Amino acid sequence: MTRILLALIAGGLFGAGLFISGMTDTSKVQGWLDVFGNWDPTLAFVMGGAILPMAIAWVFTKGRTPVVGGDFPAPSDPKLGRNLVLGSVLFGVGWGLAGLCPGPAVASLSYGGWPHWVFFAAMLAGMAIAPMARAQLDSAVPAE
Amino acid sequence: MLNSIPTDWLFGLGGGLLIGLGGAVYLLGNGRIMGASGIIGGLVDGSGKGNMSERLAFLAGVFLVPVLLYPMFSEVNTHATTNIIVLIAAGLCVGVGTRLANGCTSGHGVCGISRLSLRGMVATVFYIMAGGLTVVLFRHILGVI
Repeated sequence: MTRILLALIAGGLFGAGLFISGMTDTSKVQGWLDVFGNWDPTLAFVMGGAILPMAIAWVFTKGRTPVVGGDFPAPSDPKLGRNLVLGSVLFGVGWGLAGLCPGPAVASLSYGGWPHWVFFAAMLAGMAIAPMARAQLDSAVPAE
Repeated sequence: MLNSIPTDWLFGLGGGLLIGLGGAVYLLGNGRIMGASGIIGGLVDGSGKGNMSERLAFLAGVFLVPVLLYPMFSEVNTHATTNIIVLIAAGLCVGVGTRLANGCTSGHGVCGISRLSLRGMVATVFYIMAGGLTVVLFRHILGVI
């Protein structure tokens, strides 16, 4: 029960932050990416603001265990790999096209109107076929 | 216009702090990395069967809090494109791409960079570069978005 409640609180804070920061406004996201147009630096402030408490939280995990028990995530894998690069490029293309990424896509569903639902549905479809795409890719060109 | 810019930055910074606070609660409370694409993707492809309710509770928070905040703000406009082809193509790219890369702006960007993860930093460089090139190509050259 504590786990569910904490997840709800974490999600609520995330949703509030996405709403207040303006990151559900696609013009701000595309404005950040548009270095040759009317460049909007807001996203850098959002990123900086978000990384600060997270960095403190990571330091705090040392020598401790999560509130609900269990273990903290394993240290980050130093291996990069093709899927990381290829996936990130593909994600970036979609992010640039619509100005939406998964978090803001959920946060904006209630007020963004039908375009947000179309994007969200297509994103879910993409996530559903992703394991197949990964298997195809790995069989065609095995990752090292 | 000039007067409104710093306000946007301030809201960006404040909202960013809340986003990071959410990630801190998820990490220190539940021992999990707050990655939106992983949380949603695990529900879609079945890889998150073991902790469905935790994922759903998180997403409920993300969805519901803006519902409560919306009436308090005037002029909320997301400026989303109404080009359905662009929306579908973008959604598919984001869905496949984030799952292939195992993370998006929240997982790789916020949670990865904050622990100096090389994967997080490399992913972030690539999706920002790809996003930038996409906007240049589709806005300034093709004029689609």
